[in-house]
Amino acid sequence: MCGIVGLYLKNPERRSQLGALFSPMLEEMTGRGPDSAGFAVYRGAGEADAPPAGGKLTLYSPADWEDWDALAHAMAERLGAPVTASRNASHAVLSAAAPSQAMRDWVAANRPDLRIMSAGSTLEIYKEVGLPRAVLERFGAPQMAGSHMIGHTRMATESAVTTEGAHPFNTGDDLCLVHNGSLSNHHALKRRLAREGGLAFQTENDSEVAAGYLTWRLAQGAALEDALEAALKDLDGFYTFAVGTRNGFAVLRDPIACKPAVLAETDDWVAMASEYRSLARLPGVERAAVWEPKPATVYVWGTA
Amino acid sequence: MSSDVIDLAGAADVRAANRRLQGRQGAVAGGRFEVLNPGGAHALAAGLMDDVEVVIRGPVGYYCAGMNKNATVRIEGAAGVGLAENIMSGEVRVTGNASQSAGASGHGGLVVIEGDAASRCGISMKGVDIVVGGSVGHNSAFMAQAGRLVICGDAEDGLGDSIYEAQIFLRGAAKGLGADCVEKEMRPEHEVQLAELLARAGIDLPASAFRRYGSARSLYNFKVDNIGAY
Repeated sequence: MCGIVGLYLKNPERRSQLGALFSPMLEEMTGRGPDSAGFAVYRGAGEADAPPAGGKLTLYSPADWEDWDALAHAMAERLGAPVTASRNASHAVLSAAAPSQAMRDWVAANRPDLRIMSAGSTLEIYKEVGLPRAVLERFGAPQMAGSHMIGHTRMATESAVTTEGAHPFNTGDDLCLVHNGSLSNHHALKRRLAREGGLAFQTENDSEVAAGYLTWRLAQGAALEDALEAALKDLDGFYTFAVGTRNGFAVLRDPIACKPAVLAETDDWVAMASEYRSLARLPGVERAAVWEPKPATVYVWGTA
Repeated sequence: MSSDVIDLAGAADVRAANRRLQGRQGAVAGGRFEVLNPGGAHALAAGLMDDVEVVIRGPVGYYCAGMNKNATVRIEGAAGVGLAENIMSGEVRVTGNASQSAGASGHGGLVVIEGDAASRCGISMKGVDIVVGGSVGHNSAFMAQAGRLVICGDAEDGLGDSIYEAQIFLRGAAKGLGADCVEKEMRPEHEVQLAELLARAGIDLPASAFRRYGSARSLYNFKVDNIGAY
């Protein structure tokens, strides 16, 4: 199983409510995935229409004594640019007036024990083992503002129940993916992506390979829509994906479409979920268009 | 005539609501019920055996009105996976769109989807009549054994794949027919039957606007030439 949800705000006036609208959506999917949960939020200086201000990483340390300020200080010295750290439970967001790639390189060289949950300019990813409600509360999700959020509740099938194996997966700047299903050609695809795209993967999870595939296509210059069209040819298996980029939100299902999905859209927002009950409390849902997304059909919102 | 109101935003949960609708808390035959704030709940109004009228005001989750017998259920909104699956008799109507496998393996009665139905609509249907006001997704009427699937819009690929003796009436175009599904002659008696079914579904379209599809009967009959395959 697994539950996936996504909420993309079309009306910027709703951005202060993003986390409050999104959190009950994810919690409602507890029955589909009680093992672990995670969510991605797009927020901050470079949000949606504005240009990115600099790089941003979400880091995870299993050690609760991690001194994030000291780490930010050490990184700033090396990069020659200010770096700020903001702790959020087991995670921390590092922001710098430097490209995210330089930040990632520093972490890889100096703190390979830390897990990079996300990299980009507006994306932050939080995930943990445990019930969705506990995960949401631990990171203060209901208070978060931003343009869009994507989340996942996991019932593991392909790899272990760990924080690292939870979704969403981020494999390139500001791209994230959540997946309900299982891929059957991810080992071969992973080797191809490593060989042709030079991609490195952090887990054994099949969904990370799907995220890596989209990153690879986007790096080649494809638009998100085209990258997803190509995914229909190159990915084999069962999937419903929700995908976030800095300015966009997308949904894709495999041609057989056994994994559930429902979409709802109003003038203010577009939302997807594995089941309608996740959408039932959104404002104006009683007037929303509600439909099951078609198989092998790319749905994209925003300017991705 | 007044209705009994069951509000799922209040004290009633789905189990309690279903017990009441199923007549397990006192006779309900001939009764009318209104269910408020369904919130996408699963298995709502499933297993109704009596002649009751239920109006659900809002979208429902999976398996709504499953195994329905005698009851009339109207959903004002969209329906999730498996609407009216295994319906025996009575009528289930949804004013919005239905998710996949609507009317799956239904034995009798009528299912009306005023919007679109997703994939596998009427899969393995065994006598139910399904009328879809919009279009249907892929593999609709897959292995359909008996009954009628009426599609006022278009059909995706694999319509009627491995169909047995069910009949399909399609107004628009099929992206592709499944194995052993062929277009058949629309004779006067079919037009009469279809007109009667459309009238029951409350859809104002002439039967002459539809084409009929069914089984070529080349797949499910044993052929001695294939003996080597067994």
